[in-house]
Amino acid sequence: MTKKVMTANSAVAEAVKLAKPQVIPVYPITPQTSISEKLAQFVADGEIEGEYIRVESEHSALSAALGASGTGVRVFTATSSQGLMLMHEIVFASAGMRAPIVMANANRSVSAPLSIWNDQQDSIAQRDSGWIQIYVEDGQEALDSILTAYKISENPKVLLPSMVCLDGFILTHTVEPVDIPSSEEVDKFLGKYVPKYAFLDPKNPMSIGTFTDPNYYMEARYQIEEAMKNSMDVIEEVNKEFEEIFGRKYGFIEEYKCEDAEIIIVAMGSVCSTLRVCIDDLRKKGEKIGLLKLRVYRPFPVEHIKKAIANAEKIAVLDKNISFGVGGALYNDMKAKTDGEMYNFIIGLGGRDITPNHIDEIVEKTKNPVKDINWIGLKR
Amino acid sequence: MEIPEEELLAPGHRGCAGCGATIGVRLALKALGRNTVAVSATGCLEVITTPFPETAWEIPWIHVAFENAGAVASGVERALKTQGKSDVNIVTFVGDGGTADIGMQSLSGAMERGHNFIYICYDNEAYMNTGIQRSGSTPYGASTTTSPHGKVSFGEDKPKKNMPLIMAAHGVPYVATASISYPEDFMKKVKKAAEVDGPAYIHLNQPCTTGWGYDPSKTIELGRLAIETGSWILYEIVNGEFKVTYKPQIRKPITDYLNAQKRFKHLSEKEKEKIQEFVNNQCIELGIG
Amino acid sequence: MDSIGGTVPNPGSTRNNKTGSWRTFKPILDKENCVECDNCVLFCPEGCINKDHDIDYDYCKGCGICAVECSVQTIKMERE
Repeated sequence: MTKKVMTANSAVAEAVKLAKPQVIPVYPITPQTSISEKLAQFVADGEIEGEYIRVESEHSALSAALGASGTGVRVFTATSSQGLMLMHEIVFASAGMRAPIVMANANRSVSAPLSIWNDQQDSIAQRDSGWIQIYVEDGQEALDSILTAYKISENPKVLLPSMVCLDGFILTHTVEPVDIPSSEEVDKFLGKYVPKYAFLDPKNPMSIGTFTDPNYYMEARYQIEEAMKNSMDVIEEVNKEFEEIFGRKYGFIEEYKCEDAEIIIVAMGSVCSTLRVCIDDLRKKGEKIGLLKLRVYRPFPVEHIKKAIANAEKIAVLDKNISFGVGGALYNDMKAKTDGEMYNFIIGLGGRDITPNHIDEIVEKTKNPVKDINWIGLKR
Repeated sequence: MEIPEEELLAPGHRGCAGCGATIGVRLALKALGRNTVAVSATGCLEVITTPFPETAWEIPWIHVAFENAGAVASGVERALKTQGKSDVNIVTFVGDGGTADIGMQSLSGAMERGHNFIYICYDNEAYMNTGIQRSGSTPYGASTTTSPHGKVSFGEDKPKKNMPLIMAAHGVPYVATASISYPEDFMKKVKKAAEVDGPAYIHLNQPCTTGWGYDPSKTIELGRLAIETGSWILYEIVNGEFKVTYKPQIRKPITDYLNAQKRFKHLSEKEKEKIQEFVNNQCIELGIG
Repeated sequence: MDSIGGTVPNPGSTRNNKTGSWRTFKPILDKENCVECDNCVLFCPEGCINKDHDIDYDYCKGCGICAVECSVQTIKMERE
């Protein structure tokens, strides 16, 4: 293990090197670009032995990844925003064809208007695709999540692709110290991907991606539902194994000062770091506030969330996305699947800064609510 | 030419009686043999050959979407390479819509990157799977459901996109045109394409009984008429060298071809003359006179 | 389902679907006159004519390409 100071994008690239994917089709897009550059350099230096395909679009990046995965090899790709939007069709196809692809998404707002800055609308728009989605808080978690994602996705009980989501610029372009595990340890943890059900091999011919009529389609979709349920246990096992080897512990959620909290703020991604600091300050002022960081957004860990928020009086759900007219996606999921007095706060769209004053405002508006969906930091 | 007996596309598929696409696939797979992976784009062929839980394919086959066969094949090719399976032939079967229209970008990318696979466009000159809509490969004068003839229209008013030359402009080592009605010529080209190190593109003319409007028994006859009239010309471009592979002895009038199909039935003599002129120019340009 | 994601692990399994029922005209090949040009074998969209020129009526859809392409017109189409 070595400790290095690097951006979260570099941490992702280091993780990919350690996971040894055999095919990496990737297309550059801000703020993901430095992942594709770093991987290209690794390949150029012989540090990654896999094939790097300089595809002509994100649609082709994921299509090539899916084709490669179809032959039974480990693959990686990365994207962001408009790129993920362009991939959308194949995002669904990858899950439907049960390909254990791992993709990093540098979270960025979606046009129009054009913006390169952070929010999470891009990956949230893929939430119904059948991908596992993990939202990370820092570079270390980005690296570790790529490694665990492979192990979760490739489990025969799961066989769903995984998207590791890291906030654009806030994480992708800021440096932090990151522990890089040794190749031996990662080999021990990950092993080699051995396809079980679907692969292209002339010695064992099968047809992948067939045409289903109404007699069969629903069953195939239900299999995804089952796999998503199965992934709950697998994620837990994988996190445990990861902790045993690497010493870092990850769950579906992370609770920060929730035990006695009257108000729990629920959020995903880098804003959780801001929240920790703000919560410490608020607690000094006697406010009983806690943070529930949601790491795994799909599968949605209902029981974990329910347990964590059971004793809170009120819940503030932060969303860096908006489903117009009904609030953020996380808020709606929470409302649908958990109980409690909840308020929604739309924050940080298109890279709008989220300041401690905004957090104070969120706490205030949760205590003395005027409406259920609140846009924070909006200029009027 | 020794033609293997083994059929690598099984019967029982849902193709129309007289389907030309399945003839094309059968012939191509006879040329390539079992050590082959096929990639299909969405289209007639994909739908008729893989009705879950059945498949007509005797070889490994993958389909992902309409516009990405080039990219999927790119991934398959590199993945097989990393597994030391570079001896496996990779062939795509994509219709004219999936090639000339929606799949053009992914095809262009794959060709430009130099992936080692054979791209076969089976060209029936319209979107047949969805019910005969105009594609970039629909010929001048043809009536389709989205380029219908009517009181003020004679049907499609643009000549078909010249895909083989667009592919040749990519500098790929092997480009050819072919026809299902000339099986030996086609199969020789498929074999050559397989031997080439790098991308190969074969544009296969494939009459469609449903879309062109002729009796199902005439599929091969129509393909032959396309060649004998000079409407479609058989050639190959090997490392930039252009060569006609079949020259009709005496070129038949284009009306022999047009009048045999419902899609051209509405054309006036004037329009037919215009098409004849277009064909004449094309034949002069490509050196078959 | 013993497959996932719509994968079909049984190659050539459309053979379960006997398309012979589609047929209204049946090709009858008179082997006496056959010159083994193999046009019928090559051009059959079903691939259901073998090297001995036996037609597999389980699958033949009766398109009639074989009758048109037969170099000695020894295949006749008869109404079922």
